[in-house]
Amino acid sequence: MMESGIGGGPLATPIYVTRYNAFQRVNHWLTATLFILLSLSGLAMFYPGLFFLSGLFGGGVAVRTLHPWFGLGLAASFFVLAAQFFTRNLGSMDDVRWMLRFRSVITNEHEGLPDLGKYNAGQKGVYWSQLFLIAILLSSGLAIWQVHFFTWTSIETQRMALLIHALAASIAMAIIIVHIYAGIWIKGTGRAMIRGTVTGGWAYMHHRKWLREMLAAKTQNRPVHGFGPRHD
Amino acid sequence: MPTYPSLDIVRRSATDSPEPQIRVEQEVAKLIDVSKCIGCKACQSACNEWNDLRAPVGENTGFIQNPADLGPDTWTLMRYTEHENAMGDLEWLIRKDGCMHCTDPGCLKACPSPGAIVQYANGIVDFNEADCIGCGYCVKGCPFDIPRYGVTDKKAYKCTLCVDRVSVGQEPACAKACPTGSIMFGTKTAMLDQAAERVEDLKSRGYEHAGIYDPQGVGGTHVMYVLHHADQPELYQGLPTNPKISPLVRFWKGGAKMFGLAAMGIAAVGGFLHYITIGPNEVPPEAEAEALALKRDAAAQKQEHRP
Repeated sequence: MMESGIGGGPLATPIYVTRYNAFQRVNHWLTATLFILLSLSGLAMFYPGLFFLSGLFGGGVAVRTLHPWFGLGLAASFFVLAAQFFTRNLGSMDDVRWMLRFRSVITNEHEGLPDLGKYNAGQKGVYWSQLFLIAILLSSGLAIWQVHFFTWTSIETQRMALLIHALAASIAMAIIIVHIYAGIWIKGTGRAMIRGTVTGGWAYMHHRKWLREMLAAKTQNRPVHGFGPRHD
Repeated sequence: MPTYPSLDIVRRSATDSPEPQIRVEQEVAKLIDVSKCIGCKACQSACNEWNDLRAPVGENTGFIQNPADLGPDTWTLMRYTEHENAMGDLEWLIRKDGCMHCTDPGCLKACPSPGAIVQYANGIVDFNEADCIGCGYCVKGCPFDIPRYGVTDKKAYKCTLCVDRVSVGQEPACAKACPTGSIMFGTKTAMLDQAAERVEDLKSRGYEHAGIYDPQGVGGTHVMYVLHHADQPELYQGLPTNPKISPLVRFWKGGAKMFGLAAMGIAAVGGFLHYITIGPNEVPPEAEAEALALKRDAAAQKQEHRP
């Protein structure tokens, strides 16, 4: 390994820290694929101007048939994902300090930001909002699954479910757009979900507390995994 | 396939662009004079016959109403109510139930499939099953609980007001079959005039609350009733007093769409603007070095603590 120097000097080969194991990456991308399929098929039924999207699935009947099954798949996949990330997404005082400095966060200023564990408050926000919204989408979706459940609830309940389903889906899609943008904005993030690792520098910049924890664990020859008990 | 040419279609489901308005047609209406109905079910039979529908043999509920409810293959149904009036006398209220052909149809508003529900210039609201995707939204959109979902073929059905007969100048099959003239068919204006006469007659016979049922909450309907108790339409097996498209359905098909567009638009445009003004957050090379240093520290600490 080359010697490193801060400012000038030949650069070190970056160290890599494992953030997501293979199961988690497959689990994430399965969820993501289903989310996109659900968005396209759902938008086809929500906006008349986007009904043409039903052509991607083979027509309106296909969209009506497939959408609920995609939904069941997404809920199952997402809940497995969420169970693995649960403890890491519990709140802490660092989240409050981070949110108070939100202006610095969006302007890429790192001065004054607290050292963070595996996730910042924004990432935790995505986690909890999706957990909440997908639970709502699942339950309202079952109520309006005409083929199987149209006699299970009253028409008035189904009207409410249609509205809630549309609103929850809109919010969920908006949050996912932000989630995708965050991956574009924060360089070096994507490889966490693609290769499973991030560079030490990325972790140092964004999740220093987590990096220290990982390094301590590694040097103690404990298995290094991106999830596990919280130490903050 | 719509029965009328496109020139006669004034509204299509899931279509934002305006439909042709060039042709001005007389609106038609069916007037059902409940006070003249004897409950013979000729209309029900005629409907089944003309539309070639055979509901499966059902359960005997011990009641004259048969079948018990509307169905995908029962588009009109005599609903019977035994009502004891204020004088303690029995009144047998018989109402022919079916699609009301609203001026502002909730089914059409709710439908997500372009052209699966159309409204003709003469006021008839028709389902085009070829384009029906089977989502059941029309069932939830209707304020009268009329469309019925076929479980086997996953399509929605309701009374067409015999659009295939009306389009060639004939009256609906139910009106043709009615032996007492309780079901009348003509222009909406003529039917309103007729209804007014009937109401006057009923009032002279002591039905002081007789009236026309042409609910304005849905912009009026193209199937109207003359009721002896127009002040209590609920008496006739739950005919709604003031039907209108549910505010939930209105908001779902109006404000919620705007909300969704705004939420997703703000997220996408906001992200783009952020990237071109503030820019990406990149990891400086120094950070990699700091991480390496941290790693060495951690290793050193471990050495110290080794027993």
